[in-house]
Amino acid sequence: MAIDFSIALTHLRNRRRQTAVSVMGVALGVGFFVAVSSLMRGSERDFIEKLVDSAPHITVKDEYRQPPLQPVERLYGAGAVSLRSLKPRDEVRGIRNYKAKLEVLSRLDGVAVAPALLGQVILRYGAKDMSATLNGIEPARERLVTQLVDDMIVGALDDLETTANGIIIGRSLAGKLKAGVGDNISVISTAGVVRKMKVVGLFSTGVVAIDEGTVYALIKKAQVLLDRPQTANRLRLRLAEPNGALALAADIEARVGYLAESWQEANEDVLSVLVIRNAIMYSIVGAILVVASFGIFNIISTVVLEKTRDIAILKSMGFNAGDIRRIFLIEGVLVGIAGSVLGWVIGYGMLAGLATIQFKPPGFTEEQGFPLYEGVDQYLIAGGFALLSATLAAYLPARRASALRPVDILRGAA
Amino acid sequence: MTGAAVIEARGVGRVLPGPVPVTLVRDIDMTVREAEFVAVTGPSGSGKSSLLYLLGLLDHPTSGRILLDGEDTTALDERGLADTRLRKIGFVFQFHFLLPEFTVLGNVMVPMRRLGRLSETAMRERAEGLLADFGLADQMTKRPDQVSGGQRQRVAIARALANRPRVILCDEPTGNLDTHSSANVFEIFAGLVHAQGATIVAVTHDLDFAAGTDRRIHLVDGRIVEDGPNRGAPAAAGTVAAS
Repeated sequence: MAIDFSIALTHLRNRRRQTAVSVMGVALGVGFFVAVSSLMRGSERDFIEKLVDSAPHITVKDEYRQPPLQPVERLYGAGAVSLRSLKPRDEVRGIRNYKAKLEVLSRLDGVAVAPALLGQVILRYGAKDMSATLNGIEPARERLVTQLVDDMIVGALDDLETTANGIIIGRSLAGKLKAGVGDNISVISTAGVVRKMKVVGLFSTGVVAIDEGTVYALIKKAQVLLDRPQTANRLRLRLAEPNGALALAADIEARVGYLAESWQEANEDVLSVLVIRNAIMYSIVGAILVVASFGIFNIISTVVLEKTRDIAILKSMGFNAGDIRRIFLIEGVLVGIAGSVLGWVIGYGMLAGLATIQFKPPGFTEEQGFPLYEGVDQYLIAGGFALLSATLAAYLPARRASALRPVDILRGAA
Repeated sequence: MTGAAVIEARGVGRVLPGPVPVTLVRDIDMTVREAEFVAVTGPSGSGKSSLLYLLGLLDHPTSGRILLDGEDTTALDERGLADTRLRKIGFVFQFHFLLPEFTVLGNVMVPMRRLGRLSETAMRERAEGLLADFGLADQMTKRPDQVSGGQRQRVAIARALANRPRVILCDEPTGNLDTHSSANVFEIFAGLVHAQGATIVAVTHDLDFAAGTDRRIHLVDGRIVEDGPNRGAPAAAGTVAAS
């Protein structure tokens, strides 16, 4: 064993109680770091997974990021005369020639694409009216881009094909309408078209806004209901690699001209909240480790004060300033390592305990557990941070120790 | 004047800076040769320990040069000075200054482990041999606070010898010992010099100790006022200070 390490170890061994308190401080910091990080990242992942699973990864909309220039602006935009009150050119609503675009996009690697026609409708059943967004879909393609098939709790997506004027509604909406599978409800579109449609299935995503505000029908029925024949206003894509959505959306937008919105862009505000939440989490847990590092600073400062004579004698024996600094840095690192390892055990135990807790959050029908992230990286981050804190905490007293002049101490001791 | 020069001081002075500068030693010219046993004497505050610290490279002279084995140490940086101390100088202080967490054996092995020239087994064998030579074979596993004052000082001597230094510098090595232990320590030093050819410079107030050495350097107010062989001792080279 190297002499520096050996001396450092004996210093710590001979202050068992102080060392144990310092190690425990670091361990608790690391343990809480792991537990809180696991909860935060688990819930973040769970949230993003739900976000990614419940919605397409890219949605091409019948909108433009920048409104297109009107013909007169194109011709006279840079003219000396200011033109006012221009009447915009009438545009056909929806994605032009959507079937051709659908085919082009469906040929991309790792991409599934489905068309949709969305429009607002009123659902009337008995005396109850509820507004909802009607999604006109192609079931065969829809199952490839959304989790609707998995979310079906009564009936099946294919029932839309086999039942004339079939409609699938959310369980919450069905509850509010007091309608069930087999019931015929009136669907009134903003175009003024009214159709009787038969409920063929119920779905539940767990997201109240979707379960209460979305209904599904065949795209052909939606085109009739919304009076927009041969039209789709959404092309929805699901990617094998969801994280590539941002780049692919930009590429698609450049190719088709319409607004292509990735799931990251659509949920930018939510994702930025997650970033802020993570920053707060790491700050708080980091503060615990900073407090723990004061414990390390304390013990090593004490050792340096107690050991000034030993430092002088070590220097007289031929230890240089670097050796002395290393001895006390090693002490900090040892406390950091011991604290990290113990903290990992504490963190692991806390996660095991949290995993056994089941509760029913508001809006959920079944008991849920904490969404925990169990990756090794959070243990490594916590350990690394603890080690860094411990080393920094040891550095100041170590530097002070290395700067001691043996002759000053020996004169005083004589 | 037979042996080669081990330590040479050339015009060495040391002044502590401050509002009122304090001169610790001045105009020191001396040479210590191989196998010399030198006592540095003088009244309290005469600069004996300061001179020893300068010769041991623990302090820097504000004027003059110190040569070790002919090598000028003035230009050495902190690391170089530490390395020279490690390889060439052994210290014995008035207080044993053993590391309390280590055993007697462990204390003797510390300088060897820092030097790192020998295997663990070889270091252990050398440390055990030294301790056995000083009658401490049965004390090796004890901690410093479990042995007597005289034994601790013998451990400190063994530690100073561990790396086979060119010179052993002692600061009041018997100052904290009873008469019997002092005599014992002196015998060890005398044996090291006369039987093994060691070079020893010892600062001492102990007149009996000083009388037994080969050469005596007497300091007053930071200057060498007398440097010559002890009566009855073999003649040793000495340079009477110019002052």
